[in-house]
Amino acid sequence: MKSLTELKAIKQKVTEVPDYKIVVGMATCGIAAGANPVFKELKRIADEKKLSNVDIQITGCIGICRLEPIVEVYTAKGERYTYVKVDAEKAQDIIQKHIIEGKPCTDYLICDDGEACIKNIQETKSFKKQIRIALRNCGNINPENIDEYIKNDGYFALGKVLTEMKPAEVIQLLLDSGLRGRGGAGFPTGLKWKFAAAAQNEQKYVCCNADEGDPGAFMDRSVLEGDPHSILEAMAIAGYAIGSDQGFIYVRAEYPVAVKRLNLAIKQAKEYGLLGNNIFGTDFSFDIELRLGAGAFVCGEETALMTSIEGKRGEPRPRPPFPANKGLFGKPTILNNVETFANIPVIINKGADWFNKIGTEKSKGTKVFAVGGKINNTGLIEIPMGMTLREVIYEIGGGIPNGKAFKAAQTGGPSGGCIPAEHLDVAIDYDNLIAIGSMMGSGGLIVMDEDNCMVDIAHFFLGFTVDESCGKCPPCRIGTHRMLEMLEKITAGKGEDKDIEKLERLAYSIKEAALCGLGQTAPNPVLSTLRYFKDEYKAHIYQKTCPAGVCKNLLSYNIDAEKCIGCGLCARNCPANAITGVVKSPYTIDKDKCIKCGVCMEKCKFGAIYKK
Amino acid sequence: MCQNCNLDENQKKLQEVFDKYKDTQGALIPVLHEAQEIYGYLPLSVQEAVADALEIPLSEVYGVVTFYTHFSLYPKGKYKIQICLGTACYVKGANNILEELKKQLGIDVGQSTKDGKFSLDACRCVGACGIAPVMMINDDVYGSLAVSDVADILKKY
Ligand SMILES: Cc1cc2nc3c(=O)[nH]c(=O)nc-3n(C[C@H](O)[C@H](O)[C@H](O)COP(=O)(O)O)c2cc1C
Ligand code: FES
Repeated sequence: MKSLTELKAIKQKVTEVPDYKIVVGMATCGIAAGANPVFKELKRIADEKKLSNVDIQITGCIGICRLEPIVEVYTAKGERYTYVKVDAEKAQDIIQKHIIEGKPCTDYLICDDGEACIKNIQETKSFKKQIRIALRNCGNINPENIDEYIKNDGYFALGKVLTEMKPAEVIQLLLDSGLRGRGGAGFPTGLKWKFAAAAQNEQKYVCCNADEGDPGAFMDRSVLEGDPHSILEAMAIAGYAIGSDQGFIYVRAEYPVAVKRLNLAIKQAKEYGLLGNNIFGTDFSFDIELRLGAGAFVCGEETALMTSIEGKRGEPRPRPPFPANKGLFGKPTILNNVETFANIPVIINKGADWFNKIGTEKSKGTKVFAVGGKINNTGLIEIPMGMTLREVIYEIGGGIPNGKAFKAAQTGGPSGGCIPAEHLDVAIDYDNLIAIGSMMGSGGLIVMDEDNCMVDIAHFFLGFTVDESCGKCPPCRIGTHRMLEMLEKITAGKGEDKDIEKLERLAYSIKEAALCGLGQTAPNPVLSTLRYFKDEYKAHIYQKTCPAGVCKNLLSYNIDAEKCIGCGLCARNCPANAITGVVKSPYTIDKDKCIKCGVCMEKCKFGAIYKK
Repeated sequence: MCQNCNLDENQKKLQEVFDKYKDTQGALIPVLHEAQEIYGYLPLSVQEAVADALEIPLSEVYGVVTFYTHFSLYPKGKYKIQICLGTACYVKGANNILEELKKQLGIDVGQSTKDGKFSLDACRCVGACGIAPVMMINDDVYGSLAVSDVADILKKY
């Protein structure tokens, strides 16, 4: 690529528009739901019927995981149809009825929360409330084809930066935009770049944090799988701004599809001369290498990530020195999160003023959330900062399944906290979430309902941090272990008076004394559940009951003699032979034999089994 | 005449990996990834070869191998089962799926079946949280699992 004119030529190159373009969502979730056979079947029938006017392509994640596999049909007239939960049979119908006979298969189209089926995803209520900046291309372009990225303004921001702007102007633009890091802490991106630009060294590095360690989050995966070029473009822009010619992407080994697409994207970008030497005919050169993680949560922390790229145990280093001065291989380095990078080309193209009008006073732009747990519309959403949690859960998320009551939403993963119903109307931004004892985090949002026990959830997160503590500093290595033991005791029904106070005291000591962010934030899930759900802790400790009916040691299964008709189904299914009785009269459960697996309760058709 | 003639197939592949990363800064982890691809796990002999080739003390190689959960000192089953115990899956009852897997396979987490067919591991999020609970068998992802699905899925292998 020698010039912007060349790039424009690719963008404007008229490709023949097919009568129908069929795209299949092939991100990890789509593939897991069976998109591969659907894609193959579509191709097979199209070949068999010798359809020459259709183009069948793959695309990334459109965000509605629960409806995968998703197939979209675009017509030459610009109409768009979203088919959901497609299987091989439906694929045949789509080709036969829609493509050959010209009659859309209305039965398979996406519906709006139980209402009549509509045409496409853009018309759904939940989509209309979203603004897609970081996810602009996900689900819309073929991530394995660089031309499609270019057709959607791809690499124009890089071209503009290299040919029209000075590095300092790029940094000023980012400062003006108000963009803050999307990896968790919300540090102003422009400021980070400014520090690294000011550092004097002939070698500097740009790193992308694609480690996505929060268990329950997949925003970064979706961007990498659906729009890998946006990351490469933004990293090159960063390289120009701070004076670096080498980038590294640190990506989790658990994301094979993302790794494959990134490798392909790097190859294509090099072939086009959008990475490599003398990009756009300037004297700026930039290259990117991929490094795979190996399953260690702490490697998401910036200094640990750099140690890991250096080929060592991924243990964090004390700061200062900050990476902007002494980072990877001892050189000045910036590290940004995938989503942070994904925003940058758009900000450059559309300007700081456009971006900073979206969002709240101190949190600009949008945030992507991976919404999961007890919510109807699980999937990926991108909302303007400042939207309330209530809107996210009830309007976009479609509410809680099975008529259950909302209990809490967890954000920030193992470093974050939970937000109870009383704070559903808080506007989501960095500072508000901190104020209510949680944090933005990288974007995992797990919804819990009345059946989830908050002490058990705190125990779950502590178990995670204990496993993932790297062991370098004692407050984290030993302290979190002790906290976990206390929680084990409480959930086992052996809690004692003063345990809550002890937990709190230890939690604050760990926060003060731990070396890195992992330890400093590890107590947060405990502190935030204690803040909002202390009664549940007390019930475990003083009444020896688990109000949500989760902690097995505090539960017993019982048969309601009035409801039991004596069919014997429970007894036949009990794996422990703990249920006995005579047909047509109420059965009973032997509490000594019962292993509390819950099978009987699942099987009973009369709701006669209850736990307490 | 030919240096590599008496090396077995895997050793040859490993040598190629060493050559590929000869000039890479921080090569240890990428090399270990590829070595594990070749051997399926990282026995001491392989770690020694890596240490020699990269001129790193064996203790450091061992330190890295044991730090990262992705690297294994023991052979895995032909089919590697990974059950996700990430938050989204946990909240949706992944624990019960794990119990069922243990029961069906008769092994605990971290173990392999006697015939070497299956190994069972727990992992933290494979990024398919939208269809939780999730498990992976080698590269196949199974989502929206119910306890009653487990037996049928295992039968496929
Ligand atoms: C224990 C721990 C784990 C982290 N994991 C991630 C992660 O998986 N992805 C990420 O982008 N940032 C993670 N971070 C935050 C990074 O340290 C860093 O702040 C971030 O990547 C900077 O990018 P940003 O400014 O663009 O947000 C983690 C931090 C800690 C303390
Ligand atoms: S929590 Fe299981 S796939 Fe993410």
